[in-house]
Amino acid sequence: MKIRALIIHAIAWAIALAWTIPFIGVFMASIRPYEEIVGGWWNIEKFTVTLENYWAVWTHPTAPMSRAFLNSFIIAIPSTIIPIFVAALAAYGFVRFSFPLRDMLFLTIVVLMSLPQQMVILPVFLLETRLGLWNTHIGLILLHSAFGLPWIILFLRNFFTTLPVEVEEAARIDGASDFQIFFKIVLPMSLPALISISVLQFNWVWNDFFFALILLVSPENFVVTQTIPVLKGRYYIRWDHMAAASILAMSMPLLVFALLHKYYLRGVIGGTVKG
Amino acid sequence: MRKTPFLFLLPALILLILFVIGPTLFTLYMSFIDWTGKAKGFVGLKNYIEIFSRKSIINLEKPPLSPPPRGALIHNALWILIHVPLSTVLGLVLAVLLRNVKGGTIAKSMIFIGMVAPMVVGGIILRFIYDEHAGIVNAILRTVGLGWMARTWTAYPDTALFSLILGSVWIWTGFCMVVYSAGLETIPDELIEAAKVDGATSLQIFRHIIVPLLKPATIVVVTMSVLWVLKVFDIVYVTTLGGPGGASTVLAFEMYMDAFFRIPANYGTAAAIASLLTLITLGFAVYVIRLMVR
Repeated sequence: MKIRALIIHAIAWAIALAWTIPFIGVFMASIRPYEEIVGGWWNIEKFTVTLENYWAVWTHPTAPMSRAFLNSFIIAIPSTIIPIFVAALAAYGFVRFSFPLRDMLFLTIVVLMSLPQQMVILPVFLLETRLGLWNTHIGLILLHSAFGLPWIILFLRNFFTTLPVEVEEAARIDGASDFQIFFKIVLPMSLPALISISVLQFNWVWNDFFFALILLVSPENFVVTQTIPVLKGRYYIRWDHMAAASILAMSMPLLVFALLHKYYLRGVIGGTVKG
Repeated sequence: MRKTPFLFLLPALILLILFVIGPTLFTLYMSFIDWTGKAKGFVGLKNYIEIFSRKSIINLEKPPLSPPPRGALIHNALWILIHVPLSTVLGLVLAVLLRNVKGGTIAKSMIFIGMVAPMVVGGIILRFIYDEHAGIVNAILRTVGLGWMARTWTAYPDTALFSLILGSVWIWTGFCMVVYSAGLETIPDELIEAAKVDGATSLQIFRHIIVPLLKPATIVVVTMSVLWVLKVFDIVYVTTLGGPGGASTVLAFEMYMDAFFRIPANYGTAAAIASLLTLITLGFAVYVIRLMVR
């Protein structure tokens, strides 16, 4: 029995380690000079650690990662706060009030959750071009805020149904209005769910590539994900630069995951994952 | 009738109508319009006929088992047929394997990293591991004596698509594993202990207790995997740009090409491809939702 458990441990850990080899490779490529990794990062007779690749992509002349980072934050933070606030209002409306067509409207929103990004992008592109919002951060924030709504509404609606009505009713008897109840009682009680959803939405927006690719065209507006392919190099693939940029790009979502991974996984399992 | 519920819903409805519902309906409308350069009027099903007669969308002239390019629609189907069973089974096996392992949470997090990182980074990594000289895949092949196979796997039409599919299994399996792990937690230990006392082998327990009780998790895993695979875009864009010669293209990428890459842009056919993709995706989603509601 002891030996059996040992074997299972060995197999399980071997698989987990094998799974991370590609990430280890990228990390190794990011901290070593190009000549050392172009023939294989696993050759370690010569092993020079350098931060030059990071510096090169951070201060790249046309598409610096430093600016891309700033842009990604400018996009991702409002694109997390706005839809969560708007969706919380709507989800509460669905849970605590009844009105004509409520269930049909809710079902429509649920179905929208699986909509491909390609289905909305052309009209949004045409609309934003006309309104002067194309190639602006605001234009992308608005689209992300709207596109994230369906799954956040679903998630929060499911959560709100688990909240005890009695507390709200007691507050209503004390003369609190619907909005006071929502802001002073419902939102504070929902903090764990709100954190879960923020973590997922932030990472989703940070990781998005397609919307940014279409809506942001000037290099000074580029977000992180858009910047990586630009650093590819003209005549040969700059694995060293691409690796450093990749590590930088994933550092943010990984940090969020590491710090809040209970909330993150609760979000993934709690409803459905965003895709 | 009180106005409050509408005030709660109003902001969401405005955003959804302006940026999701309105655009969706408008894309559907555009798919019936001749729109190359500028809108030229209603043409019925012409855009749909055009995309279905394109070899880049569906290539029926090739015999059934010949290598890509077979057209984006068939590539998407291959993606589902290969990716979904693989990642589902792998996710289940990993979840069961890591269930009672010391440090299992950390091991699971390591496998889950692919889901946390941007898909673009996933794509870059795939391109990197498949590279002829810098890639670990070829180093492993050389070590086990298969050096003659070594090549940049994403650069050849017969291997590009399958390399990407396997790579995307690597990225996505963490999700399947996490859902199955959550499902496993709902199975009481006593049940498994009781079966052991009755003399059941591990394999029997797995087949007759764990797998049936995980059916709800399997529904979630398969559904989300199909939806995810249908929408794949980022890794195709970053690794192969749909190439070589359209050998790894998918519907989402063809839509992008028609609308934003090819000159002149053809919004009509791009909208038709988007509508086709949406029809498949929503059709599948509605089918599953109805199954679950029942």
